[in-house]
Amino acid sequence: MVKLLVDDKEIEVKKGTTLLKACLENEIYIPNLCYLEEMEESVASCRMCFIAIEGEEKPVTSCTVKVTDNMIVRTDTPAVRRLQRSAFRLLLSTHHVDCRNCPANKRCELQRIAKLLKVGLKQKKLEQILKDTAIDESHPCLDYFPNRCVLCGKCIYVCQKQNGKAVITFAKRGFDTVVSFYGAGDLSAIPCGACNSCVEICPVGAITKKA
Amino acid sequence: MNPDIKEKPNQIFSGILEEAQRRKNEFEADSAPKIHIGVATCGIASGALETKKAFEEALDEQNIKARIHTVGCIGHCYAEPVVVIDYQESGFPPIFYPEVTPGKAKMLVKFFLKEGDPRLEHVLGATQENEMIPSVMEFSRFNQEKRVVMEKCGHIDPEDIYDYIADGGYTALEKVLRRDPVEIITEIQESGLRGRGGAGFPTGKKWDLARNAKDKDKIIICNADEGDPGAYMDRTLLESNPHQVLEGLVICAYAVGAEKALVYVRSEYPLAVKIVTKAILQAKELGLLGKEILGTSFNMDIEVFQGSGAFVCGEETALIQSIEGYRGMPQNRPPYPVHKGLWGKPTVINNVKTLASIPPIIKKGAAWYREIGTENSPGTAIFSIVGNVTHPGLVEIPMGVSLKTLIFDICGGIPNKKKFKAVQIGGPSGGCLPAEFLDTPIDFDSLTEAGAMMGSGGMVVMDEDNCMVDVARYFLDFTQKESCGKCTFCRIGTKHLLNILDRITIGEGKPDDLNMLQTLSEDIKSGSLCGLGKTAPNPVLTSLRYFLDEYEAHVNEKRCPGMTCRKLTAFYIDLEKCARGCDACVGCCPVDAVFTTSNRKKGIDQILCVKCGECMVACPPDYDAVMTVSPPELAPVIERPKEAVEKSK
Ligand SMILES: Cc1cc2nc3c(=O)[nH]c(=O)nc-3n(C[C@H](O)[C@H](O)[C@H](O)COP(=O)(O)O)c2cc1C
Ligand code: SF4
Ligand code: SF4
Ligand code: FES
Repeated sequence: MVKLLVDDKEIEVKKGTTLLKACLENEIYIPNLCYLEEMEESVASCRMCFIAIEGEEKPVTSCTVKVTDNMIVRTDTPAVRRLQRSAFRLLLSTHHVDCRNCPANKRCELQRIAKLLKVGLKQKKLEQILKDTAIDESHPCLDYFPNRCVLCGKCIYVCQKQNGKAVITFAKRGFDTVVSFYGAGDLSAIPCGACNSCVEICPVGAITKKA
Repeated sequence: MNPDIKEKPNQIFSGILEEAQRRKNEFEADSAPKIHIGVATCGIASGALETKKAFEEALDEQNIKARIHTVGCIGHCYAEPVVVIDYQESGFPPIFYPEVTPGKAKMLVKFFLKEGDPRLEHVLGATQENEMIPSVMEFSRFNQEKRVVMEKCGHIDPEDIYDYIADGGYTALEKVLRRDPVEIITEIQESGLRGRGGAGFPTGKKWDLARNAKDKDKIIICNADEGDPGAYMDRTLLESNPHQVLEGLVICAYAVGAEKALVYVRSEYPLAVKIVTKAILQAKELGLLGKEILGTSFNMDIEVFQGSGAFVCGEETALIQSIEGYRGMPQNRPPYPVHKGLWGKPTVINNVKTLASIPPIIKKGAAWYREIGTENSPGTAIFSIVGNVTHPGLVEIPMGVSLKTLIFDICGGIPNKKKFKAVQIGGPSGGCLPAEFLDTPIDFDSLTEAGAMMGSGGMVVMDEDNCMVDVARYFLDFTQKESCGKCTFCRIGTKHLLNILDRITIGEGKPDDLNMLQTLSEDIKSGSLCGLGKTAPNPVLTSLRYFLDEYEAHVNEKRCPGMTCRKLTAFYIDLEKCARGCDACVGCCPVDAVFTTSNRKKGIDQILCVKCGECMVACPPDYDAVMTVSPPELAPVIERPKEAVEKSK
């Protein structure tokens, strides 16, 4: 076991645990979108889970750092919050905020983060840039909403895990990156009818079952 | 090691060396004139193959026997196609001819090879000291360079392994095979060699980490992705002297304990792919690669992998993903590739130039290498210098030379009597430095401190006519498109930076934009996952730091001081300078915006003008009457005469 100090609270966790997991297990919430406990290595793509470790110059992503004995950690320094707010605003600048009509309302990870960071969901600092396609309806039983998706990749991971090979993947590059149902043509050829993994894992309601 | 085995590489290699020497002697003893033509991609692009054909035809027609020797690139891009003619019987030393067109080639065969007249007006210089023709070594473009990595480029035929061997190639490998691998790593550590792929990580240390990694199967990768716009030194090296890179790879594999290596080349480099593939085959045939190299128990194979050419695939973890068949997306480090790289195996990834530095270091020793360059950045730096300089091209200089020496002495300064404004170093990840920084020595640490970076060695020189906001926009446009899309800051942040810059360059910047550019840039730098995002804001941050006044002019006065942002600039004709009756600019305007005034001078219809600048090019230098002005409202209003208005309808 390893002992560390997070925001002046002493916690004890198993050796080899990531800092993010250690905090979450001890009811210290750190904003995170791309972290899944069962992943061997975190993909570290959402850039939300910053924390400050004593002795380190800059905040680091807590999902990629393993705990060490006597580590002293702060989760809310100005530098940490600045990066988190900045990343969060960037995500919101590409997010179509319409909570009332969204299935994730009230359980959405973005709502939770907004509350913690005290950033309004309708951020005004950055220009809103939405994708042209509001819904990808090409899948026989699922719909995908690019302007909700935060590209955390969890759906792709669970799909791969559940079905051996992923029906969904990332497509395009850079700013245009989306999740795509490549070649998911016929329902009989894909496991999606009986599986709901991606819909359940999505933190923001960007994949839904067709009505 | 058994002493017999220890001597084996030496015995086998001396046989190979003898053959190489025999061929070289045969070539040199031939009294026929020798024509050396540079046929790397840059030469070919300037017509070197046509030049070669013209030589062949002319020799045939004139019935002259001469030997054509195709070589790689010597880096003098401004002079391509480059030809060196070595005609001993004429009594002249070997002569360097720049810009040899097919016509010039035929002329040289007729006058020089047939009649013995070297046509001195076409000569750049002699390549050896002599009493007749000034040597090229008198030009600073030649004598201030220090060639370690590119020493043989442009002198040997890249497609003939014996050319390399006769010039001292593969002796370092032979030497290495008789030594202990650990000694080799120590030697590289002592040389102070730092990786030339951008970050400057100590090469010896990297090798040592990989050697000590537990997993037995280790892999070496030569990184030749080279995606920076305007950078082409790795391509040139592979095309001009592939064996020096391969030799470096084999030495690395021996030192680290690997048996497998890959050369990761972008598929947009077909000539490099072809030449490296051929070089590997040739090395195998001679037993310098493959099983039991030079009779030892050391086996090693090299394969070529063609990458699809994304800039981010040059980042080592993305490169590994791409070889493994996944999307080229960077991964979090640690684990570092030296611990867990390709297929989970310990992997050394080194840049082309890093590997090409190895044979000279082994041959001449760490102490010799340390004498070149500076304390913390030993050795040489290779830059591809483009933009507003008189002699663009590839330059290899000792580290520590100042930017001023490089730009003004070696590359001939700024053409057209313009003033130097800035230099962008390190490609899209680097920064723009203004004139105050011209005394900065070129080395890893000084450049980083100044806000630029060594990067992979792209350098763009800019004169007073450049707009620094537009330059920042240009680089951001590149990185934004090349972002892999994985992480939030880079994927979305660079898009916002670009949108803001776009806005500013069309005069729609808002007062808060500069603040936003600064803070967002800082956040992207600290928050991004990989080096692409961490460095993408550098052009914005440095131009904000050193050229804030230009940003302010755009935002507050809608004025572009460099007069390049089209929306903020107008072209007009100075009636004092315009020559009555001259029509030079009329026909070149694609939209018929140029009209004739009542006293037969010219004016520009500001409504029709698309600001292409063609009229400025067409106006004879004696008049130089086309002017630019910013903001555009300042352009003098010249009425179009009535009949002209009618006619244009
Ligand atoms: C976006 C990005 C692009 C890169 N492109 C290249 C490249 O084209 N060639 C290269 O050698 N290194 C490139 N690098 C650096 C590599 O990740 C790596 O550090 C280098 O190949 C190591 O070799 P060295 O130690 O010899 O420098 C790039 C890094 C980043 C972040
Ligand atoms: S659809 Fe949902 S789970 Fe999948 S990448 Fe987007 S946000 Fe993540
Ligand atoms: S910084 Fe950019 S290129 Fe690097 S992982 Fe993030 S999105 Fe991809
Ligand atoms: S949870 Fe750490 S980067 Fe996403």
